[in-house]
Amino acid sequence: MLSFLIRRLLQTIPTVLAVVLLVFVLFSVVPGSIVSTMSDDSDPQVELRMKKQLGLDQPVYMRFGAYVARLATGDLGASFRTREPVTTMIAKRAWPTLQLIFASMAFAVLLGVPLGFIAALRPGSLVDTVSMVLAVSGLSLAKFWLGLLLMYLFALKLGWLPSFGYGDGGLKYLILPAVTLGVSPMALLARTTRAAVLEIMTADFVRTARSKGMSETRVVKWHVMRNALVLILTTMGLQFGALMGQAVVVEKLFSWPGIGSLLVDSVLQRDIPAVQGSILVVVLFFLAINLLIDVLYGVIDPRIRYA
Amino acid sequence: MFKVVAIVAGLGLALAGSVEAQTPRKGGTIRMTAPYGSSFTSLDIHTTQRAQDEIYAKALHRSLYIWDSAEGKPVPELAREAVVSGGGLVYTFKLRDDAYFHNGRKMTADDVIWSYNRIMDGAKAYPGARYVRVIEGAAAVEKGQAKEISGLKKIDDFTIEMKLTEKVDPGFYFFTALTSIYPADEAAKESFIQKPIGLGPFKFVEHVPGSRIVLERWDRFYKPGKPYADKVIVSVMGEAAARDVAFRNKEIDTSVLGPAQYVAYQSDADLKGTIVEVAEVFTRYMGMNTSFKPFADKRVRQAINYAIDTDLIINKLVKGKAYRATSWLPLTSPLYDKTMKPYPFDPAKAKQLLADAGYPNGFEFEWTTSQNESWGLPIVTAVIPMLDKVGIKAKVKQVETAVLAEVVRTGDYQAFIYSQQTGPDPQAALKCFHSATPQSACNYMNFKNADFDKLMDAAGQADDVAKRGQLLQKANALLYDEAPVWFFNYNKAVMAVQPWLKGVQLNATELTHQSVEDLWVDETSPAK
Repeated sequence: MLSFLIRRLLQTIPTVLAVVLLVFVLFSVVPGSIVSTMSDDSDPQVELRMKKQLGLDQPVYMRFGAYVARLATGDLGASFRTREPVTTMIAKRAWPTLQLIFASMAFAVLLGVPLGFIAALRPGSLVDTVSMVLAVSGLSLAKFWLGLLLMYLFALKLGWLPSFGYGDGGLKYLILPAVTLGVSPMALLARTTRAAVLEIMTADFVRTARSKGMSETRVVKWHVMRNALVLILTTMGLQFGALMGQAVVVEKLFSWPGIGSLLVDSVLQRDIPAVQGSILVVVLFFLAINLLIDVLYGVIDPRIRYA
Repeated sequence: MFKVVAIVAGLGLALAGSVEAQTPRKGGTIRMTAPYGSSFTSLDIHTTQRAQDEIYAKALHRSLYIWDSAEGKPVPELAREAVVSGGGLVYTFKLRDDAYFHNGRKMTADDVIWSYNRIMDGAKAYPGARYVRVIEGAAAVEKGQAKEISGLKKIDDFTIEMKLTEKVDPGFYFFTALTSIYPADEAAKESFIQKPIGLGPFKFVEHVPGSRIVLERWDRFYKPGKPYADKVIVSVMGEAAARDVAFRNKEIDTSVLGPAQYVAYQSDADLKGTIVEVAEVFTRYMGMNTSFKPFADKRVRQAINYAIDTDLIINKLVKGKAYRATSWLPLTSPLYDKTMKPYPFDPAKAKQLLADAGYPNGFEFEWTTSQNESWGLPIVTAVIPMLDKVGIKAKVKQVETAVLAEVVRTGDYQAFIYSQQTGPDPQAALKCFHSATPQSACNYMNFKNADFDKLMDAAGQADDVAKRGQLLQKANALLYDEAPVWFFNYNKAVMAVQPWLKGVQLNATELTHQSVEDLWVDETSPAK
């Protein structure tokens, strides 16, 4: 297990380096620079000084080398725009982002997985049809539109929840953005669970269990559920990454203080250190979640070995 | 002048009128919105020129002058008075001796000098440098040739002498938050960016990045009895639809309206009375590169102005949320000439001018644009068929706003569409077209005209304010005739204001920039 973890951690290094390189090169070639967004009216001589100060007068490979060297010490650099350390900027937004992502995933799992199970246990029934129509709708809904709809219903019409903001970080502020973000993975999990359960229900080992006189409840609990969980976990792992990306829209809509909105603003203002730092954190989060899921595979299904 | 325009423009005047009839209530919370993006750029207001950031900065910081929306001009704020000498180039400012920073320290002349020297640090390219540069010796500091601005002298703790490089009204240069006065000792510390300290009516409490800034009343603010409110919350709300829901749900007190919402609010009996509008000092236009052969000919540039049905675009596409431009200086400029008429829609005349210029079959050009709904791609898309009818083919080149800013400053375009600040100082707005103004500054069309230069130079030398005004109006009229741009519109800023929020100012420089100490909420506000 330990050697597996070490090996997986080592495998993340080339992934992280590839991402860092890609982002660095991309933002070196796209038009527009921080210097042009700082002021409408500045002297070209001053612009040169500023570029020198920010290190933008150096060739790309030298800048990249310096960046990687700093990165190795855990230094993400300072924002071009605010002069704040990027780590500080990200730290301020990390907790709200985690709150949103995990709340969305909790909503998706708690609703999507049972829905998929129920649908699979009664294939072709009204429950199955309604569940899958809901699932397909959930996948098709644009987050922006859904968010507005939820705001309109639960804030404006019913007055149950605030329509925007972070407030004190409490649950009532979290519900609408989390549901908006969580509907799509919920729908995907429902469909995935249904497909997995349907397939497992016809597997030989399930037939054997039934023929041995095991009750249907025990069959589902001990055989179907455990085997379906592997696929559900895989889907969850992939969806965590997707949620990080989709959170941008939801954060902006609900004025939620996450990393997504920091990333978007930094891209628009060509604040390269902030962009690199934000993307790096998203990638690391995605890799960590998927590593955790790999570990969980073995817990759920002991046949999966880490060797 | 401003008042006249406000009457024409302001449905909100009824609201403003009622303000004067009531006694301001003390206490309560003002809930403003910052609508121009998904976060504030920085808590160091010297580093950012975004309108978004000045919304909170107006509560937190103060400058030598402040914009008086009712008078339509800058008035002394931290400066109590100014004595002019040296042929109009030397200003001796008597500073307030009752202005306290939020850490309890009294502001002195040292803070003013420290702040302006900081802004001129060329390695940091602070956007406020464009204003401070008017002080003699400031440019040398910016270029790294001097440590301190030579034209800025401390006479005593509350008196400074400022030597200018040209005859201008310094009020126009030192009223924005970009030139805010910082506490010299505190602002040099790293912690300042996390917990800024200013001289404004409200002190910093909390910043939740991407969500809100919370400020509370500063009891030692120098204006007696002000501010009225206990607390100000500025929420970042970049999405117009989300603001709409929040406004209708009474969760926010102000909401900037876009064209579509403007129409919706006007037709809603419950919301119509909440609308406040003002002509802002921004001119939207299509700039033409005179080094591109067809645009070098004045007749071609005029033809473009005749070929476009500008009124139709303003009414149908911008939903009436703009005023037709009649030249460069906007409606709320003190030198706006109301006798000037816009170019009429006359395709036949456009064709004739093109033929006279040697383009009877038209020509083709590339039009660089952003996606902005009020002065970007939707407008370009509507104009293209109009130009096509007179034989001019336009190809669209779409770029991000950040890229567009670079494109216009480097001249890497044939034509572009933009929104440019054209006030409140008419002299500074027109100076952009002086041949000595570099393209990278604001002469984006690289305009060169000897007659225009003469008028501007004469205006710069004129001691008589009325004469200066006449010369500048002539320069503005010359621009109209030379048509370096398609004169599209002046922005009409529209904001919805809840009925319990009083004292809203029709600020033509930017409607969202409110002097928060003058705002107050009555007892019907749902915010406690």
